[in-house]
Amino acid sequence: MAVKSIKPYVGVPRDLVANFNGKQIVFVCWDQHLLFAGPFMLVVEPGMRLGDLVENALKPLLQPDPDAAAIDWSTVEWLKSNQAWTPDFGASIAANGIAHKEQLRFRTPGLNTLLAVA
Amino acid sequence: MDVKVAKKQLGLKERYTLMTRDLGWEPSYQPKDKVFPYAAYEGLKIHDWDKWEDPFRLTMNAYWKYQAEKERKFYAVIDAHAQNNGHLHLTDARYLSALKIFLQAISPGEYAAHKGFARAGREFPGVGTQVACQMQAIDEIRHAQTQIHALSNYNKFYNGFHAFADQRDRIWYTSVARSFFDDAMSAGPFEFMIAIGFSFEYVLTNLLFVPFMSGAAYNGDMATVTFGFSAQSDEARHMTLGLECIKFMLEQDPANAPIVQGWIDKWFWRGFRVLGLVSTMMDYMLPKRVMSWREAWNIYGIENGTALFKDLARYGITPPKDWDDAEKGIDHMSHQFALALYQWSFGTSFHTGIPSDDDMAWLSAKYPDTFDKYYRPRWAHISKMKAAGTPYANFGLPKLCQTCQLPCLFTEPDDPSALAQRETEYKGEKYHFCSDGCQHVFENEPEKYVQAWLPMPQLFQAPLYGDLGAWMQWVSLVPGKDNGDYDGSEDQRNFETWRAMARSNQ
Repeated sequence: MAVKSIKPYVGVPRDLVANFNGKQIVFVCWDQHLLFAGPFMLVVEPGMRLGDLVENALKPLLQPDPDAAAIDWSTVEWLKSNQAWTPDFGASIAANGIAHKEQLRFRTPGLNTLLAVA
Repeated sequence: MDVKVAKKQLGLKERYTLMTRDLGWEPSYQPKDKVFPYAAYEGLKIHDWDKWEDPFRLTMNAYWKYQAEKERKFYAVIDAHAQNNGHLHLTDARYLSALKIFLQAISPGEYAAHKGFARAGREFPGVGTQVACQMQAIDEIRHAQTQIHALSNYNKFYNGFHAFADQRDRIWYTSVARSFFDDAMSAGPFEFMIAIGFSFEYVLTNLLFVPFMSGAAYNGDMATVTFGFSAQSDEARHMTLGLECIKFMLEQDPANAPIVQGWIDKWFWRGFRVLGLVSTMMDYMLPKRVMSWREAWNIYGIENGTALFKDLARYGITPPKDWDDAEKGIDHMSHQFALALYQWSFGTSFHTGIPSDDDMAWLSAKYPDTFDKYYRPRWAHISKMKAAGTPYANFGLPKLCQTCQLPCLFTEPDDPSALAQRETEYKGEKYHFCSDGCQHVFENEPEKYVQAWLPMPQLFQAPLYGDLGAWMQWVSLVPGKDNGDYDGSEDQRNFETWRAMARSNQ
């Protein structure tokens, strides 16, 4: 049963992509960089190049971390929905298959100034 | 003619029978299931409502008498506190952040509980249950009122208290408590009793109220201590009734046990997430601390919880499913939460701060396995940023959990270096969670939780479309007054000025 109710009941999701005025949500998390308490929620147009998302939306947010300047973006390892993934930075968010509320994660092995890795 | 001499007073048992059980009647022109349409759909089997026992045998007339006496005492102390400038007896005004969170997140919960018990009292067919719910409904509204009255004195002098109701509804960090109560109030009457009567009152109250009230006492806050005392005897009654209620459900039919177990699992975890706020208050917000969150958990969580679930084992009830994940989070959650509140403090209607060297030494002693290893380096970096004149703010708004509605800020139970990230798809939409516990709650009733009103995504929908300034206005947050670091705040300046005036002739 999808909900305990006295009669058939269908919920209306409040965060459908149609509610975002032409934009969509993309979540991005820099693994093992917990100075940022949670994954970032970015609200962007699906037609935006993925490279622009990284350059203009993501990079400014990463600045407070002492490892930010040392990221070698050509060797960063990416995950999409927790699966290893190779992004195409020249293509749009939509063309990269990044759905509304997609979770992207990236890893920068060796960079962990603020974190004792267990 | 013999004149019957009326007995002067009824015995306790007689009075209880007359004033409760005898108030019920059998409907004559409507079937009972039409009069009580919500009693059966949750699947619980009840054979004999008269088996509901009120261990206090409290009747309405006695109830009014007790409560009136408590009210008189409460308002006498609150008046004295106000007339005596009680706010200047605090250890430090940074303590007030704990009260602001309490007023914005917890006091409205008392009001929600009032509404919920009023409704449950109408929906349960048993008379004993109806009377118990009625009294608790009145208790809960009294708690909301006394808390608001007690804290209104601080509102005359300090920022962050003035819009608690808006902030309960609209701001982000209160949504963990708001969604807890919304979830309970939109459940059936039996689940509501487990959520509030059992999990909240019985399992969690000690962890919520004892640390808050002792924190108040340790920090010179007579107003809060007084509403704590005034509520205490009610809470004792609520806890007993909560336990009575769960035993009643389990004793009525063995088929009830798996349903009740599911609710215990769910509401333990939901309550545990609300306690995240409490853990931070205990470890980070009290200038004079009572005990650490870990110590409180050992006493009220482990000791009391273990005894309770041992007692319920004879009904086939086992400890909550995610108990082990909770235990693994104890030494981390307050630090993770405090760091989160600090970096997003431009959006909090209370002040945060970087722990002092003394504070960090205390944290390190209380959390020898986790603080120095994981959390001190982050605070040290944040201190360095502040000293360099570029204080840390995280302008990246966070991903929220679909169930508890907190930012997904907790780490994996077995890996404190990785955020726990869980996701699922339902009807083609993606949903994210902070933990297995929250994902389980969603997956049991997805049609309920897809409707969650999540503060962060809402900020980017109509009519705000991501405008942070307009959002602040909408949540009644006055930037530069209500939010940010305590250091350099108006609260800090005022408190120090007024206290100096009270202690010198300048």
